[in-house]
Amino acid sequence: MSDAIDSLYRDVVLDHYRHPRGKKKLDKVDFRNSGKNPPCGDEIEVELQLDHDTVKDLSVSCSGCAISVASGSMLYEVIKGKSIEEVRKIARVVKAMLKGEPYITDGIDFGDLDVLEGVKKFPVRIKCALLSWTTLVDAIDRAQSGNNSGMSTTE
Amino acid sequence: MITSRSTYRQGFDPVSIKADFPILNREINGRRLVYLDNAATTQKPITVIEATRRFYTRYNANVHRGLHTLAEEATAALEAARREVAAFIGGVKTEEVIFTRGATESINLVAYAWGQHNVKAGDRIVLTQMEHHANLVPWIALAKRTGAELAYIPIDDNGYLVLDRLSEIISSKTKIVAVTHMSNVLGTINPIETIIEAAHARRALALIDAAQSMPHMPVDVRSLGADFVAFSAHKMLGPTGIGVLYGKESILADMEPFNYGGEMIGEVTYDHADWASLPWKFEAGTPNIAGAAAFTPALDYLEKLGMDNVRRHEHELTEYAIERLSLLDSIRILGPLNADHRGGAISFVDKDVHPHDLSQILDQHGVAIRAGHHCAQPLHRRLGLVSSARASFYVYNTRGDVDQLVYALKEARGYFGHE
Repeated sequence: MSDAIDSLYRDVVLDHYRHPRGKKKLDKVDFRNSGKNPPCGDEIEVELQLDHDTVKDLSVSCSGCAISVASGSMLYEVIKGKSIEEVRKIARVVKAMLKGEPYITDGIDFGDLDVLEGVKKFPVRIKCALLSWTTLVDAIDRAQSGNNSGMSTTE
Repeated sequence: MITSRSTYRQGFDPVSIKADFPILNREINGRRLVYLDNAATTQKPITVIEATRRFYTRYNANVHRGLHTLAEEATAALEAARREVAAFIGGVKTEEVIFTRGATESINLVAYAWGQHNVKAGDRIVLTQMEHHANLVPWIALAKRTGAELAYIPIDDNGYLVLDRLSEIISSKTKIVAVTHMSNVLGTINPIETIIEAAHARRALALIDAAQSMPHMPVDVRSLGADFVAFSAHKMLGPTGIGVLYGKESILADMEPFNYGGEMIGEVTYDHADWASLPWKFEAGTPNIAGAAAFTPALDYLEKLGMDNVRRHEHELTEYAIERLSLLDSIRILGPLNADHRGGAISFVDKDVHPHDLSQILDQHGVAIRAGHHCAQPLHRRLGLVSSARASFYVYNTRGDVDQLVYALKEARGYFGHE
């Protein structure tokens, strides 16, 4: 195996893929959004429980390839308890990281997310890693605009 | 009938065939390239590559009008390719061979130029549940434009068409039946003779999507009696960007053009134009002359191998691959398991590893396969899947390639922590 492939499927990524966090049922759901990349069949459902401007809890259910599942699982771990402003900031950083653009982390806790950096060498897989983040940000956009339904995609 | 291996192997040696394809010498990630994405596009023999080069270095010119040597040679090359195609598909008239950009454009040509004038509200268009988007979306669009309805010949869980209700599905309102000869996902070879007959019994036309069959088995368009047949050069050793629509002369003659412009006209005034004769009526603008020039040696190559031998070779390889893949408990093969009923496009899913992840790891072992829905989303939904992995063979593939595929599949499972 090449180094590149091992940087795509890092041990942490494989661990999240095998044991996805965040696949759970919330007692109360404020906002929900689903995302889909039709060509590869990746599907994700994000549910949010908000407490004012904070993501008090969330659930992330992902079916798809290792990259999309792991990305969704990491998203769950990082986002839980963060303010909406922080969530947007993190999502922007993830996007920049995946696209190989410069970013600053600004002192926010990014958990395992840096391991997703290896994805940028595999252009066709970037959309797999992005799907959960796009779906989450769209959910927040809709929540803030009072429109609680829709479908997201990174295609 | 499959004769014993030794009879055809005498003139058919995939190892020496491989030597004619420069790209197969490439190493991918330090491994020998095992190219198993032939249902998407095939590799090109040196004669095809050289023909492209020869066209641009020796006789590049526009066709039909020029009165200089280069123009004459370019025109001769285009028309020679047309004669070659006409002979290859069973001895049809050159008037019946229209060059297009590929099978997709061929089908769109029929859906527009024939469909728009012959299909109306309340009419029926019959397809199957296993169609590629290329033989699905043009008809969905035509149905929307005209108010016609779509009806589908269903498939069973083993990937065979269910023909029990054929005469009901192909109702008296049916205007056209458009069917794939060989599924690009399931590999199934469909009984198109039966379907063409059923269509004609209702005075409906029959269009055959031969994109997957023409490259892999003998297809005699004349004896099939199909009204339209569509296929692409690049799936049969030829260049990309050129394909064929075969149409029965009597039907083509009554059709309006598809594209309008140069090369397809008879006489033009400021407010009137009449059309050139067949097949040029359907070839507006400068055609893919270099493509045609390189398609000829591709067909020559296949002719030399013999399409019966190509089919036999792939039959044997498909049988072997199904046997080897069936030994992997985690793998489910889509489509018929009997190689007599299918071609060498073998789609499969692993119960634990997503097709994209499989494909990524296989690439590490030099094995190129396809992962996704292979332009057949409704079919995958029908099978309860969103995507699959697909290995597909051609003349240069060997048992060793299948072995490398199976080895890499095992490695991929190991990589993701599955036994």
